Amino acid sequence: MPLRSLGLRGVAIGYLVVILLGPLSMVFWRTFEHGFGQAWEAISAPGSVHAFELTLIIAAIAVPANTVFGVVCALAVVRGRFRGKGLVNAFVDLPLALSPVVVGLSLFLLYGRGGWFYGLFADHGIQILFALPSMVLATIFVSVPFVAREVVPTLREIGNEQEQAAHTLGASGWQTFWRITLPSIRWAVVYGVVLTTARCLGEFGAVAVVSGHVEGKTETATLRVQDLYENFNLPGAYAISLVLAAMAVIVLVTMTVIRPREEIA
Amino acid sequence: MSISIRNVSKQFGDFVALDDVSLEVPTGSLVALLGPSGSGKSTLLRIVAGLERPDAGAVHIADEDVTGHAPQERGIGFVFQHYAAFKHMTVYDNVAFGLKIRKRPRAEIRGRVHELLELVQLEGFASRYPAQLSGGQRQRMGLARALAVDPKVLLLDEPFGALDAQVRKELRVWLRRLHDETHTTTVIVTHDQEEAMEVAETVAVMNRGKIEQVAGPVELYEHPANEFVMEFVGAVNRLGDAFVRPHDIELSLVPNGTTREAMVVRVVHLGFDVRVELVRDDGEAISAQLTRDEAAALELREGQIVYVRPTRQTTFVRD
Repeated sequence: MPLRSLGLRGVAIGYLVVILLGPLSMVFWRTFEHGFGQAWEAISAPGSVHAFELTLIIAAIAVPANTVFGVVCALAVVRGRFRGKGLVNAFVDLPLALSPVVVGLSLFLLYGRGGWFYGLFADHGIQILFALPSMVLATIFVSVPFVAREVVPTLREIGNEQEQAAHTLGASGWQTFWRITLPSIRWAVVYGVVLTTARCLGEFGAVAVVSGHVEGKTETATLRVQDLYENFNLPGAYAISLVLAAMAVIVLVTMTVIRPREEIA
Repeated sequence: MSISIRNVSKQFGDFVALDDVSLEVPTGSLVALLGPSGSGKSTLLRIVAGLERPDAGAVHIADEDVTGHAPQERGIGFVFQHYAAFKHMTVYDNVAFGLKIRKRPRAEIRGRVHELLELVQLEGFASRYPAQLSGGQRQRMGLARALAVDPKVLLLDEPFGALDAQVRKELRVWLRRLHDETHTTTVIVTHDQEEAMEVAETVAVMNRGKIEQVAGPVELYEHPANEFVMEFVGAVNRLGDAFVRPHDIELSLVPNGTTREAMVVRVVHLGFDVRVELVRDDGEAISAQLTRDEAAALELREGQIVYVRPTRQTTFVRD
């Protein structure tokens, strides 16, 4: 093997080890440092169980919402002919550039006392801030781009001839979408969903601002990690972190396994 | 079923793709739209299919005004240059697509698909995916898919344009035979004059968004309506105001009263034909086409002086 290729490989692997695998394996190590029992105790505590449930509930709402929006948005950007298309395309990326804390703050200003939408919901007795709705909104906001970003290039690549062919064969727009477009972009959608899910499970900043951080009520798994850490319950914090990391790994591995070989390249 | 295109115009921004075009395609005929790229031939076909909307004018299919109809409602079969194969479906499912959309009984679909696969010589390929087929096979699948729904008219947009020369020739012959069997009214778009002349009984020559001439292959070649058609359907020499086909240039080794002197620049052997490139004494470049035997008799070599005479020439009255 040429030396240069060995060098490149070394740099890539070294970087990943130092930046990614090292810290992650430390979490793993610390979690089980004092035995499996202590870790399990931290994970199965009522506060932790609730935190995981809440994280999953938020993801269960945010992921489907952003999947549908992402596909619709990608179709509009690639296939649509309207003014402001470029603007839509640019705005989809906004959450990637914006700090999640700013997102949280903006929701605070909109739905908080004196905000534009405050009266709208308060009059009907609906609690937005410090409750599930604002946490879902914050999570949706930060995870908007992923599905659209994956689907847009795939849509461009496949072009619209297959769709036109389906039309000439009598298929309606709806039939064409389900039978032609969606099967053609399915792996891009799956990949986008995986990234969206990972982002939703890991979201911290925006949710931290709007949640109010009440254990057993508005505390997600990531907030729980911070909570335990600040209360000097380090083994607990490590244990929750490990579960979060494990979820992310499982999601990624599942996708790699189900994705057909020829489409990886 | 007949197609009637009436005063159709279409612009893309400032570009005039079609300028008041009218064309009649009689029931059961095979008409070619021939022209260089940008002449509007594909746009016209896509307007007939409903894939583009005309700015003005009307399209009738089988005596029904379909101008406002979506492609789904027109009863057409369309074949794309780049196949537009449904990549995630097998050959069988591709061909069955239109029938499934129409919710035909399963047994009927199976019978029809196998009948069509036999017609396009793809019987053994039903369970393959498009990626596992050659270009020619993919296009035959495209044809079977379009024919499956019993279209009133079959529209082919440069169907053989992406294939190599040998396969093109085979498919041309095959398409002509297919038409003789099915008699489906067919419009084929092509930029290849040989293809148009070989396949179609009527050729519409298009240029810059207009139809220059509609005629049979013989008429088109023998009596081109104008300079554009003359130059587009076959090679031509332009000698002053006159046009002369290369095979209408006579070469001899001795001068007579009507010949002009010319020098052989290049002799190109093309099998049966031999193309001789010459420069006349006044500096005009001329291309002559001889048979192999004629060329051999003259023993032509580069640099040789010969005497040329047009046996037949065409002039057009300028507008």
